[in-house]
Amino acid sequence: MALNRRDFLKSAAAATAASAVGIAVPSNLEASANEAQKDWRWDKAACRFCGTGCGIMLATKEGRIVAVKGDPAAPVNRGLNCIKGYFNAKIMYGADRLKTPLLRMNDKGEFDKKGKFKPVSWQRAFDEMEKHAKKALKASGPEGVAVFASGQYTVMEGYAAQKMMKGGFRSNAIDPNARHCMASAVVGFYQTFGIDEPSGCYDDIEITDTIVTWGSNMAEMHPILWSRVTDRKLSNPDKVKVVNIQTYTHRTCDLGDFNIIFSPSTDLAIWNYIAHEIVFNHPEAIDWDFVKENIVFTAGPTNIGYGMRRAGEKSLKDGKYTAKEMETISKEMEKKVSAKEAPALAPYGYKEGDTMKHTAGTLKHWHISFEEYKKSLEPFTLDYVAKIAKGDPNESIESFKKKLKDLAAFYIEKDRKVVSFWTMGMNQHTRGTWVNTLSYNVHFLLNKQALPGNGAFSLTGQPSACGTAREVGTFCHRLPADMMVKNPKHRAKAEKTWGLPAGTLNPVGNQHIMKIHRDIEDGVVKFAWVNVCNAYQDSASASHWIKAAREMDNFIVTSDGYPGISAMVSDLVLPSAMIYEKWGAYGNAERRTQHWRQQVLPVGDAMSDTWQWMEFSKRFTVQDLWGEYTLRNGKKLPNVIEDAKKLGYKEDTTMYEILYKNKGKEYKLDTSKFPQKGYDNSDCAGDSRKVLGGDGKEAKGCGFMVHEYLFEEYASFGRGHGHDLAPFEVYHKVRGLKWPVVDGKETQWRFNVKYDPYAAKAVKESGSKSTHAFYGPLAKNLLQGTLTGPDKSKGKKALKNKAKIFARPYMDPPEMPDENYDTWLCTGRVLEHWHSGTMTMRVPELFRAVPEALCYMNPKDAKAKGVKRGELVWVESRRGKVKARVETRGRNRPPQGLVFVPWFDEKVFINKVCLDATCPMSKQTDYKKCAVKITKA
Amino acid sequence: MANSDNNRRKFMATTLQSVGLTALGGLLWSGYCDEAKASPLVLRPPGALPEEQFLDVCIKCGLCAEACANRESNKNRDGTQREGTLKMAKGGDHKLIGTPYFIPRDVPCYMCDDIPCVPVCPSEALDMKSLLNEKEELDINKAQMGLAVVHKESCVAFWGLQCDACYRACPLLDEAITLEYQKNERTGKHAFLLPVVHSDVCTGCGLCEKACITEKPAIFVLPREHSMGKAGDHYVKGWDTKDQQRAGERKLDEIETHNERSQQAPSDYLNREIEY
Repeated sequence: MALNRRDFLKSAAAATAASAVGIAVPSNLEASANEAQKDWRWDKAACRFCGTGCGIMLATKEGRIVAVKGDPAAPVNRGLNCIKGYFNAKIMYGADRLKTPLLRMNDKGEFDKKGKFKPVSWQRAFDEMEKHAKKALKASGPEGVAVFASGQYTVMEGYAAQKMMKGGFRSNAIDPNARHCMASAVVGFYQTFGIDEPSGCYDDIEITDTIVTWGSNMAEMHPILWSRVTDRKLSNPDKVKVVNIQTYTHRTCDLGDFNIIFSPSTDLAIWNYIAHEIVFNHPEAIDWDFVKENIVFTAGPTNIGYGMRRAGEKSLKDGKYTAKEMETISKEMEKKVSAKEAPALAPYGYKEGDTMKHTAGTLKHWHISFEEYKKSLEPFTLDYVAKIAKGDPNESIESFKKKLKDLAAFYIEKDRKVVSFWTMGMNQHTRGTWVNTLSYNVHFLLNKQALPGNGAFSLTGQPSACGTAREVGTFCHRLPADMMVKNPKHRAKAEKTWGLPAGTLNPVGNQHIMKIHRDIEDGVVKFAWVNVCNAYQDSASASHWIKAAREMDNFIVTSDGYPGISAMVSDLVLPSAMIYEKWGAYGNAERRTQHWRQQVLPVGDAMSDTWQWMEFSKRFTVQDLWGEYTLRNGKKLPNVIEDAKKLGYKEDTTMYEILYKNKGKEYKLDTSKFPQKGYDNSDCAGDSRKVLGGDGKEAKGCGFMVHEYLFEEYASFGRGHGHDLAPFEVYHKVRGLKWPVVDGKETQWRFNVKYDPYAAKAVKESGSKSTHAFYGPLAKNLLQGTLTGPDKSKGKKALKNKAKIFARPYMDPPEMPDENYDTWLCTGRVLEHWHSGTMTMRVPELFRAVPEALCYMNPKDAKAKGVKRGELVWVESRRGKVKARVETRGRNRPPQGLVFVPWFDEKVFINKVCLDATCPMSKQTDYKKCAVKITKA
Repeated sequence: MANSDNNRRKFMATTLQSVGLTALGGLLWSGYCDEAKASPLVLRPPGALPEEQFLDVCIKCGLCAEACANRESNKNRDGTQREGTLKMAKGGDHKLIGTPYFIPRDVPCYMCDDIPCVPVCPSEALDMKSLLNEKEELDINKAQMGLAVVHKESCVAFWGLQCDACYRACPLLDEAITLEYQKNERTGKHAFLLPVVHSDVCTGCGLCEKACITEKPAIFVLPREHSMGKAGDHYVKGWDTKDQQRAGERKLDEIETHNERSQQAPSDYLNREIEY
């Protein structure tokens, strides 16, 4: 049968679309499609890149991925992709894939930190890792062994890593790059709802009348969702409004009915202005029935610092920070209240010029009355907010005020549905938790949250920041399904499920990602393993961490598909199987869990991270890890070896047996059955490459279906607790499901009695008639007080099924432009490249499209500094400088006084310039603001 | 400076070499003629006279290409010089040997604000006047090196994919390239964001062509005479008050039309007998 190219494309597309939605295909059409693709095998997967979670189909031929298409049956993208997704088929095939372990060695073949990388066997690699991990344990206890984890782990990898770290090593020093991207949203969710992750879903876009983006360049970072927003706008251009709120004009602004350019950090003031407008000028807009039934008012301390290093820390005492750096770091201990923030802080008892003494960030908060909350809003008048928040010096104050009023009016308008989206602008913020909670305030007062088309919605950056980092709990303080390491009941549950003796798990979980870097610099962490991230390119104040890794007595390992900055900084580099070279699952921003099967064998001797963790775990026994330890804070981890014996383990039982094999072997390998039939499974059954494993023998796999085991055991934590996931096999048949999945049905709007079975159950149990139940269990019993503090004499008050509105003021960030460093630096991403560019910079088309990171600058600033478009400038902060090419036209157009530099380009290593200040509550770094000077290079 | 002098000498030498060689013999001269005819699709520097005039006036000195390569904004981070946009045609380039041209997919024109390539032209083959704005300043936005055209069938934006790489790369974003929004009826919830090039603004710099993510670019720059059609100037859009400008001054002696049907005088026509 002759098929020309046009016919081929047409029939192939039609056949895929039809089979995906279960439509019968006319048999002659089916035949011709099969003819054309007879040696292409198509199977579904999720896109490798952002948190949108587009479904794709992959074609393999003779063990290589040859093509990709958007999955027409995927509800998120219905067959479409952005240009990163378009290149999924190419990301694994860069010519410089890592194919074998590489160790820094001297000429004698010994490990040498100053040596050159040379190929070694997997066995040698694990020998070295074992040796150095044991050395670190001996020197610093469990706090000395750390993992830079990832929001790009598959669910199974994250769970495998967390079990070995927390259960095996008893170390909570595992924290994902998602800390840099989502942590403020998470603490916002916990504080407001008592449980993580959004109440709404993407269906809100098609239902809402108003899309407001806050610190989100959605058009570049979530392109497929942006095309849904655009479609919504097209469907009713007069009614549907789009407003974008950010510190510089970008791609997303193109669609805005109007755009608000604000001065960095004053989004805090703008949210409070909207609440002020509601409470003082439109009290009739408050849905008191909803608020009284579902909401309580709360406040917390304001003098919480900026998450930087604190006085007394070793590296500060050792003089590793320059006097210039200390100008900023000193604000961690105390600061003078500025004229800009003084009015906002007045209700909390501060005035301009007061010294605010900071204590380290705390999550504490307490009940206050509505009157107290109202008092906190009083300063946020239109005049005050316009004065401090106007971000473009060339805009008139009248124009800015009008926009603020129009914005508030959209929120307040009765029956107008509003969705507030945000991404890194509100999360990477020294008051990230505050600004997240402020968004819910406005939506709650108006009863515009957790309803179809209404709600504040955090857009996730990474493909499995939700699915793995958060839901699996690969954060230092978390366990699966919203459980916490500090909660003894939660630890007990995890110990039971994992088959560990009581008391094994470490209750101190404070080694968040910046703390791990700082602990390496302080000499505490001596073994660190980088998994599925680029920890040495993606962290601010980067020079400190690189110097510590290269010059101090420690052992850094990086597992990756390609060599990048982290690998270059490491002592040992391990070749990892990439995305479709392994079985996996991701969870996107709307709680949708999506699975895929291993499509091809990994390149070279690369193996999956799950396999690497299992091999590593074989090197450690009960005797090695489960003795007594004294932590830095004096707390003791008990010796649990005797208790382990009572569970039937011996001193030489390996962690592999305890954590993976004992229960895992119940999950059979069965290649005759769906979904295993016909697909490779290198981790479980080995493969034709006959890679030599950690013991020097051919890696034949673990012999059981470890992917299903890890997923099912992890899922068991959430089932019945509002995090219900469907069985493993189901996910291989559907295009993802939004959890909680109850009785086979996914949940669109959480906390809403009509849609969420858990909310319905909570309301039934409490006998209320409420439309909502905010049933999250965390921090639901609080002291009572005023804006300035709790009054312990009043005792605690429970708030079951209620959510919180927080009083939270505007405060300055710790570093702002001054006479020496006169410009704001904001960093971020571009559509063409994914994060640090290790994958996308190797796709020739994407590299050609955007080969280097540019310094986007206002033309007037460029003129004033005597630089022309295309010329090189130094972007210099108190911490370091980089050279970048100036762009004064095009996609990003900053106002005077601000420059924007993307961070994907390792040659424009902007994180050497950025400040590692964090939200002191969420510990998420603020990459969006620090002070720099720009000089001609 | 020493470095750039050096570069200049080297550059002049190679250019003169190729020009000199062409004068040497008949064989080479015929090659020269072939090249002259070979590719009308050549993109010239900003301000270049219309192609035929340009070829008459350009003295093939290479100063424009040298200024382009040596400009301050063409340095790598280590201080070395990048490949310039403008190349001088050599034998085998299928362009008239010794004339300046550029290939946007390799190195586009970065639209330098001070247009270093033009003021150095000694022969006015690159016409400064054509690049002056109302304030009599050099303005690169006035350049008309070519016009970008979109091949819809290979442009993934027309498939519904979210690309707009060309739009984001355009130095005149939202002026030379705008996005046209259309509903995607197939998915029912996504929009097409389609690039549309505006010939009155596009300078032909080719940054879009360079950025295009398809294997062979779906947006590419052609000389304006090859990329543009022309509607008749006897018709003016009734809904567009400015369209009369497009029609311009019609020459009255060209109002009369001629074709096969009208070539006979009326009497000659009428005196032909009709067949019946």
